[in-house]
Amino acid sequence: PPMPEDSIRVISAEKRIDLTSPIVKVFLTLKLENDATAPEASQVLLAFTPTEVEHLAIVKATRAEGKRKKKIYVPLSVKASDLAAAPNGARLYSILLSTPLKPAEVTTLEVFYALTHSLEPFPAEITQSDPQLVYYRDSAVLLSPYHVLEQVTYIKMPSNRVESFTRVDPTSRAGNEVKYGAYNNQLPNSYVPILVHYENNRPFAVVEEFVRKVEISHWGNVQITEQYKLKHGGAQHKGVFSRLEYQSRPSISGVSSFKNLLARLPPRVHSVYYRDEIGNISSSHLRSDSHKSELEIEPRYPLFGGWHCTFTIGYGLPLQDFLFESDDGRRYINLTFGCPLLDTVVDDLTIKVVLPEGSTSPQAVVPFLMEQYLETSYSYLDVVGRTTVVLKKRNVVGEHNVPFQVYYEFNPIFMLAEPLMLISAVFLFFVACIAYLHMDLSIGKS
Amino acid sequence: MAEPESSTAAAGGSRLRNACGGVLCAFTLLLIGVLAFSIRLFSVIKYESVIHEFDPYFNFRVTQFLSKNGIYEFWNWFDDRTWYPLGRVIGGTVYPGLTLTAGTIWWLLNSLNIPLSVETVCVFTAPIFSANASWATYLLTKEAKGTGAGLMAAAILAMVPSYISRSVAGSYDNEAVAIFALIFTFYLYVKTLNTGSLFYATLNALSYFYMVCSWGGYTFIINLIPIHVLLCIVTGRYSSRLYIAYAPLVILGTLLAALVPVVGFNAVMTSEHFASFLVFIILHVVALVYYIKGLLTPRLFKVAMTLVITVGLAVCFAVIAILIALVASSPTKGWSGRSLSLLDPTYASKYIPIIASVSEHQPPTWPSYFMDINVLAFLIPAGIISCFLPLSDASSFVVLYLVTAVYFSGVMVRLMLVLAPAACILSGIALSEAFDVLTRSVKYQLSKLFDDSPAASGDSSAESSSASTVSTNSAKNETRPEKTETAPKEKPSKKNRKKEKEVAESVPVKPKKEKKLLVLPMEASVLGILLLIVLGGFYVVHCVWAAAEAYSAPSIVLTSRSRDGLHVFDDFREAYAWLSHNTDVDDKVASWWDYGYQTTAMANRTVIVDNNTWNNTHIATVGTAMSSPEKAAWEIFNSLDVKYVLVVFGGLVGYPSDDINKFLWMVRIGGGVFPHIKEPDYLRDGNYRVDAQGTPTMLNCLMYKLCYYRFVETDGKGFDRVRGYEIGKKHFKLTHFEEVFTTHHWMVRIYKLKPQKNRVRGKLKKLKSGSKASSTNAAGRKKNPWQ
Repeated sequence: PPMPEDSIRVISAEKRIDLTSPIVKVFLTLKLENDATAPEASQVLLAFTPTEVEHLAIVKATRAEGKRKKKIYVPLSVKASDLAAAPNGARLYSILLSTPLKPAEVTTLEVFYALTHSLEPFPAEITQSDPQLVYYRDSAVLLSPYHVLEQVTYIKMPSNRVESFTRVDPTSRAGNEVKYGAYNNQLPNSYVPILVHYENNRPFAVVEEFVRKVEISHWGNVQITEQYKLKHGGAQHKGVFSRLEYQSRPSISGVSSFKNLLARLPPRVHSVYYRDEIGNISSSHLRSDSHKSELEIEPRYPLFGGWHCTFTIGYGLPLQDFLFESDDGRRYINLTFGCPLLDTVVDDLTIKVVLPEGSTSPQAVVPFLMEQYLETSYSYLDVVGRTTVVLKKRNVVGEHNVPFQVYYEFNPIFMLAEPLMLISAVFLFFVACIAYLHMDLSIGKS
Repeated sequence: MAEPESSTAAAGGSRLRNACGGVLCAFTLLLIGVLAFSIRLFSVIKYESVIHEFDPYFNFRVTQFLSKNGIYEFWNWFDDRTWYPLGRVIGGTVYPGLTLTAGTIWWLLNSLNIPLSVETVCVFTAPIFSANASWATYLLTKEAKGTGAGLMAAAILAMVPSYISRSVAGSYDNEAVAIFALIFTFYLYVKTLNTGSLFYATLNALSYFYMVCSWGGYTFIINLIPIHVLLCIVTGRYSSRLYIAYAPLVILGTLLAALVPVVGFNAVMTSEHFASFLVFIILHVVALVYYIKGLLTPRLFKVAMTLVITVGLAVCFAVIAILIALVASSPTKGWSGRSLSLLDPTYASKYIPIIASVSEHQPPTWPSYFMDINVLAFLIPAGIISCFLPLSDASSFVVLYLVTAVYFSGVMVRLMLVLAPAACILSGIALSEAFDVLTRSVKYQLSKLFDDSPAASGDSSAESSSASTVSTNSAKNETRPEKTETAPKEKPSKKNRKKEKEVAESVPVKPKKEKKLLVLPMEASVLGILLLIVLGGFYVVHCVWAAAEAYSAPSIVLTSRSRDGLHVFDDFREAYAWLSHNTDVDDKVASWWDYGYQTTAMANRTVIVDNNTWNNTHIATVGTAMSSPEKAAWEIFNSLDVKYVLVVFGGLVGYPSDDINKFLWMVRIGGGVFPHIKEPDYLRDGNYRVDAQGTPTMLNCLMYKLCYYRFVETDGKGFDRVRGYEIGKKHFKLTHFEEVFTTHHWMVRIYKLKPQKNRVRGKLKKLKSGSKASSTNAAGRKKNPWQ
């Protein structure tokens, strides 16, 4: 039976692909029309190839409502559709419309999605003096389960050093932008593969593992410890690394390597440290003002393609900036999701929120789907352990840096548990001393 | 200093004074502990909380292993990441005391849910044990000369530069805990000697066991104590207390020492321990003689004596002859190289270049005495004099300790560390005695001044009585046994143990010698006090300077102060981090042995040789490779499965302890085993030169090439800032090695061995004949160990 959405047609589609960074960012503008004879449509489908699905980090959609100047964009929720797969294993995502699309109604959707690990370095191995060239594969026409009346694709590259690109007429190139289209009257599920080969020397910083531990102390501090396992995800470095070349000819030697990263931390951070398992790393700078703090870090050595490094960043934050009390009496901590390093891909992200000892009924409110579970961790002089909320997500990009909350209940009397324990321990020690001094343990008579 | 007060009226007051004194003393000790701990934190404050230097990295790695895998795995640990391909049995070749101590502390903290990392525990182990050591010094000096001297000595030891140099935070080395164990063992020995208590004798054996676990320097104890026992016997001070102090120590101590795998049967088989057994026998003979003397009449005893001596001497000679023959039959005369070099300072430099190559095994210079013990050097003689007034068992022990320690410190700069506690104890005694005399004089003069005013009569009478009771110079020493005697009477339930009471009976209380009142004029004593305070002030200033400036650098991070601020050279860790993250886990890294421990600990890569220089041949192999031309070196390294070669090069930034400056040892050690490396080939006018005058062998050896590869391109001239001249051979290519990493300041350069070239069909014949020719040539000319 034909699904109701089959009645939707794409009047015009514009696909802008931003290839300037290691993350592929696609902005899609769809002008849709529901068929006059069809019923109301409550969702719009997007199609992705299996490779794209694998690398899809985030999909966001907004719908333009109102006319002209009063136009506002309403965010819509997007989820993987459970509809039967399209041809060749293409997967469908559905955009749930806030108000159903009436018959013959026209609407405009703005879709944004980001793909990670979608630029394939070619050649896969380069020497220190080579620039980094990458392949990008996509389709000239929009892959869509709908009939597309008119469509254009723009591909923007960081520079005009473009080795080659597939021609699917009409195709034109202007500077660092390649334009495919306009194509008219494409059938549903059309796919015309294209290949763009161009130079991209932006740092391909990939955080393979990111673990952030947030420890809340009701004495006034939020301590954050972030562990990074960083990799240069670009073309593999091959052969010699000459420090001489690197230092004396920085413009042509190691152009695809990077030696520093920028982390954006919350304002009013204090006691920031940057170290790895063998000690402090002395090359970092912290700039902070009232709105944000920026930590510029340099790994111990410049990272070339395929090189790894690990490090830890830790800092403290004032509690009052992050901990709030909700209306129902529960407390909640309001933190930013994602990784503070700019322009990086996080393959595997774990956030552990360690609640104070004695907290109960924790609940995390996060805007996306992810794995969540609870564990117990022990810290200074804990007896029952601290409830820890663990959040795990794969394939995280900068767009995931949105606030999330963890709600919990906490009785302030637990704050006194550890001081009281110490006091009683010292007291008992003195009592034992006094008792010992007053006892005569000798066997014989003196 | 509590003096016995017989009048009941004053008993309450003296009790209060005792209690106050006790609390004050405990508080002072606490402060001394805090001082000892905090003066060692300069390294953490100025640099960071990190393990220092070379050996501490190994200890840290072992501790990590222990905390991760537990004690049984630790004993059975065969480390395959070092001494490749031989490996090393860590559990059986390491002194486990330090590791077990830190591991226990870590385990204890973690079981209390105090989540400190192993590294943090390791960093702060040394400062903690310095505090313990100063308390142990207090106890030891108190046994010898009373509380005042004890406190003084503890305060001095808390900040003596010699000890600081080995125990700053991060200096996680055996000596850190061993010095505590050493002093504590001595304390328990002296305590046993003073009390005759078997309880302390047992504790002494346990403490000795801890020392054996901690440091090879335990042989100092097991030789010093016998010497002291012998001294006591010879000077006619034999007593049952001496027997109790010594006999259990030898028996229990030796049994316990043999439990430590690294010592094992050495505890009974090597010459280092023979002295203790010999003295053990002598002690028994003497005990027997005393016993028989008590049984027989004097005439009969004389007859028996002559009889026994004639027979005994004959037997003794026979036994000694056998012993000498046995000992002489072993090549090193039963002594290990390190110990031999202690007895004969020139031994190491003559026969064992590997021992001589370590700077801390060199004899010290005079300035280093001043640097390390400072004003103590001048106070020691005064301390010795006051130890002889009068000479007790304890004070004679202290003097003997000092004399032997002075000798050993003269042999090896490292053993300055053993001298430091002795110097502190004697200086503490000297200062305390001096203060005692001076303050007493002041007090006496003051009381004389106010004597005519009747208002202060009660006070002055107490004063004068105290002045007269403490009138002898040695009053403190004399009053100590008295105190133990009177204490039970005053307060039977006091802490004094049963044994101590027994002791009090057994201690022969010598009659107080009446000496003339030692009183100095008022002005002289006030001036003396001031001068002593100034002297102490100098000492404190020097110690703080030494702790802050001289000894706090971790040596893996270097800093230099220039006009535009502090500059940090973190090249070592840069290189190790690179190795650890960007090479394969099983790759082998060759470097000179100095960097072995750090490479295994920080980079987690297998090394060929490391700072545990147990296999001279292996080190010589690496030395040979470094001093061979590229091709030969490649062959040696390839045969060892080496993939990376790491060299340390200071020429760009002027870091003097780099591999070129250590190169003479590579040649010497390499040449010692493989004679085709001849030192004269590298020398020009008796110097290792790498400038235009350098010999061709020098300018073609691997070390030169790896250090200076493309160096000339940095400034166009190739000016070496360490050597202060331009290098000899500037432009050359590497054929068998390729540069894979060089750190920011070029201090560490890592090269990779190029893989063997594929054989080309046409060239096969030519290559074969060529290699054959070269091999026969090599065999004919010199012995090459790799063919």
